[in-house]
Order: sequence, then C-alpha cells, then structure tokens
Amino acid sequence: MAGRQAVKAYLDLLSQPCRAVLIFLKHNKIPHTLELVALRKGQHKTPEFSKLNPMQKVPVLDDNGFVLTESDAILKYLATTYNVPDHWYPKLPEKRARVDEYTAWHHVNTRMHAATVFLQEVIFPNMGQPTNPAKFKKALTDLDGTLDMLENMFLKRKPFLCGDDISLADLLAVCELMQNSFDCLFQPMCSGRDVLKDRPKLLSWRSRVQSALSDSFDEAHSVVYQIRQKFTAKL
Amino acid sequence: MSLEIYLDLFSQPCRSVYIFAKKNDIQFDYKKISLFEGYQYSEEYGKINLLRKAPAIKDGDFYLAESPLVENHCSRIVAIMLYLTEKFHTPDHWYPADLQKRARVNEYLSWQHSTIRPHGSKMMWFKLLIPKAFGTEIPKEKMDNAVEDLNSSLNLFEEKFLQDRPFIVGDQISLADLVAIVEIMQPVGAGMDVFENRPKLKAWKDRVRAEIGAELFDEAHQAIFYAQEAVKTMDPEKIEHFKPKILRYFLS
Repeated sequence: MAGRQAVKAYLDLLSQPCRAVLIFLKHNKIPHTLELVALRKGQHKTPEFSKLNPMQKVPVLDDNGFVLTESDAILKYLATTYNVPDHWYPKLPEKRARVDEYTAWHHVNTRMHAATVFLQEVIFPNMGQPTNPAKFKKALTDLDGTLDMLENMFLKRKPFLCGDDISLADLLAVCELMQNSFDCLFQPMCSGRDVLKDRPKLLSWRSRVQSALSDSFDEAHSVVYQIRQKFTAKL
Repeated sequence: MSLEIYLDLFSQPCRSVYIFAKKNDIQFDYKKISLFEGYQYSEEYGKINLLRKAPAIKDGDFYLAESPLVENHCSRIVAIMLYLTEKFHTPDHWYPADLQKRARVNEYLSWQHSTIRPHGSKMMWFKLLIPKAFGTEIPKEKMDNAVEDLNSSLNLFEEKFLQDRPFIVGDQISLADLVAIVEIMQPVGAGMDVFENRPKLKAWKDRVRAEIGAELFDEAHQAIFYAQEAVKTMDPEKIEHFKPKILRYFLS
C-alpha cells in the first residue's frame, strides 16, 4: 500500500448507506477524504457527478482512479483491500455466505421499507412535497414485517446478525434503523419515531452494535450535527 | 457429503445457480420445487413457512434455512453462488480474486436487486401471468410505466455495466453476466423481445449463451421458453389462492 493515496468517498451524510461507509472508514482507520454531495441541493445531478456516477447516486468510492458504487460492494471491497479484522467480512466460506445472504436481502427489505417510511414521514413534508398516507401506512406495515424477519430469521439467539461478532451486515442494518433523531436534519420537525421501540431483542442488538462502533459512530454523526447547526444558523 | 439445492427454474436466481453448478461440474442433488404451489400451502397454513422442509441449499451441516417468501428464497440463492465459488474452487473469472474485478461483480449484483431484477420480473407478471392466469388486465398507465422502468434499467446496463466490453467485468464471463442474463430473459418468456433495437445487448447475450454452452443455457430456460404455453394449462384452483395477494402487490 506504499505510496497509495487516500480513498475519496463521495457521501451525503443524510443517506444511511453513506453513513455506513463513513463509519467503516473511520472505525478501521482507513485513510480517506470526504467529498460531501448534498442530494437535497441536487448535487448528484451535476454533469461532473454524473460523469463519476451515471446512476446519480451516493455513496461512490474513488480508490486512486478505481471508481465503485453500491454501498455493500464498497464495504466488501474496503474490508478485503485494507486487511480489517476478519469478523467484518469473514474469509471462511460458510461465515462469509451469511454476510452475503444478509446484504442481498437488505436491499429490498430493510433498506427499502425503512427508507420509504423516512421519506414519507420526514423528508417529503420538510421539502414541501406531497405525501401519500396510504403509501406511508403500507410502508410501516412492510417495515414491521421486515423487522419480524430480521429478528426471527437473522438474529434469532445470536448477539449479531451473522454470528458472535459484528459484521458488515450489522453496520448496514443499523444505519437504516437508528432513531430518527440522528437521521433528522430538521430536529424540531423530527418525527421522533423509533421503529424498534417495542422490540427488546432488536433494541439490545442495536445497543450492542452502537457500542462496538462507539467512537466512529459519534464522529460520523458529529458531522451531521455540524451540518445541521450550519443549516439552522442560516434559518 | 452431499450437496442439495432446491430450485424452481421458473425463477431467475434459481436458473443462475443451476447453470453455474452444471457448468462447473459441481455434483449436487437437484431438488425441484414449485414456488407457485408452495404459495398455495402458505396461504392455507397461515404463517407456516413455505419451504419448511426444503432449505434452499444443504451442504452437509451447512444450510440456508427456509424462507416464507419467494423474494427471500431468491436473495439467498445469490449468496449461495458466492459460497459455491469458494467451496468448489471454480475458475477465477466467475468471481475474480483480483479485488477490483471482484468489486465490479459485487457492484453489479448489488445494483440489480432494485433495478433489472424487479423490472424484468414485473414484465412476466404484467404481460403474461396476471392477464392470462388471473384474467386481469393491467391498466395502460401501469404497463407503460413498467416498460419504461425496464427500458431505463436496460439503458443503464448497457451504458454503465457493459460499455464496450465483451462481458460486464472485462474479457471473461463472471457471475455478474450470469445473474444479468437470467433476469433479462424473464420478460422474453412473456413474449417481450428485449433485444429488439438493442444490438449491443443482443451481442452480449449471444456471447454469454455461447460461453455457458447453448445446450445448458436452453435447458435452463425451458420453463421460460414454454411459459406462454404452460400458462394455458395452469390449474386455476391452485393459483386462485395467491391471486389477491399478487394483485394487491402489483396493482395497489
């Protein structure tokens, strides 16, 4: 790795998968620079950003010219390139398969439903866009179903989603399921909803994950708080 | 130690595992399942798991457990292929050891979950299964949106993932191409020619089919090639059970 420059991470810290990438970079002390992309300002639709990523999405990783999208692909690449502790993405095929199993399922389950709830309840109202109560209600039901599966199919009796140790699966999942007070840029207008409220097993899993990530978690969120302070100062 | 794999070849991810295992001469016990019939039982028995006695894969003591939903069964299937590449030391090009090439495969596998996969799947439902098996017509606006979604995904596929390369990752076929091809073939089964006016996509498809072997490719896609015929002989009683759920899912 001698002479290798720091990776560049294009992130919007309001985006959950972006936070997962940032937490991973910080926790594992992977040299990186941050390029903040504000989705709410349409910065992902500029010609320069579109050249970097025609999909116009974040996160994007640029490792010395190697440009990669998709948060789980990015996390797996970082985990294998930078020699992080094995538990993040175990080398043993059976253990690795469990993490792959979760990340595959995550897209159209945890991420999709949690994101829809967040959009309908927080983002759209704050951006003056019309909300869809029926869609919101359905998203809550879908999310509920997803949480059942998270608890009964993945977590079961284990401390973490894929075994005895924290992995990429826990990181991706927890970023979607944090209390909205962290996600919310517009604090006063925040819903205050905690989707894990009545699920003690998932609540203790979440605490466990947050403890395992403590410093990097706070660091990642301090950047969010700074943005929020800058924003509210302008109001 | 015997390897059992539970597959329904009507399902795209199942086809990719089937093709992968056969192409690499991986010895396995092919357990044929019918996801449609399973739906019937899950409705009847409430929350009892669809595949209670049939995990997606069983390799000695390692197994990926049953799943109550088609979607979940299928997402596990993709994880299974990654597992098989490690376990059976398949040729490097399928899932390269080179981390950047591997990342490209992972990138595609991740992206396709919410794009080509659902958009391709939807066309099978909208153009064939819902009208022919359920006798319900799809409203024009929904159909137009679905076609547009698929077209956007195919455009992105060609522009970003394929570009000027013979295969997604480079000169050789990988899991990304395999997972892509089975999804792109799904709407074909519904009578939709996705390759019309897309010479680059067609050339890629021909290349992939040749790499896999035309015989194996066609064999795996039997259920798709005969889908339009099969739908005529579907037992109406069997499918009545899950009609309301499907209609609610797609048309609400």
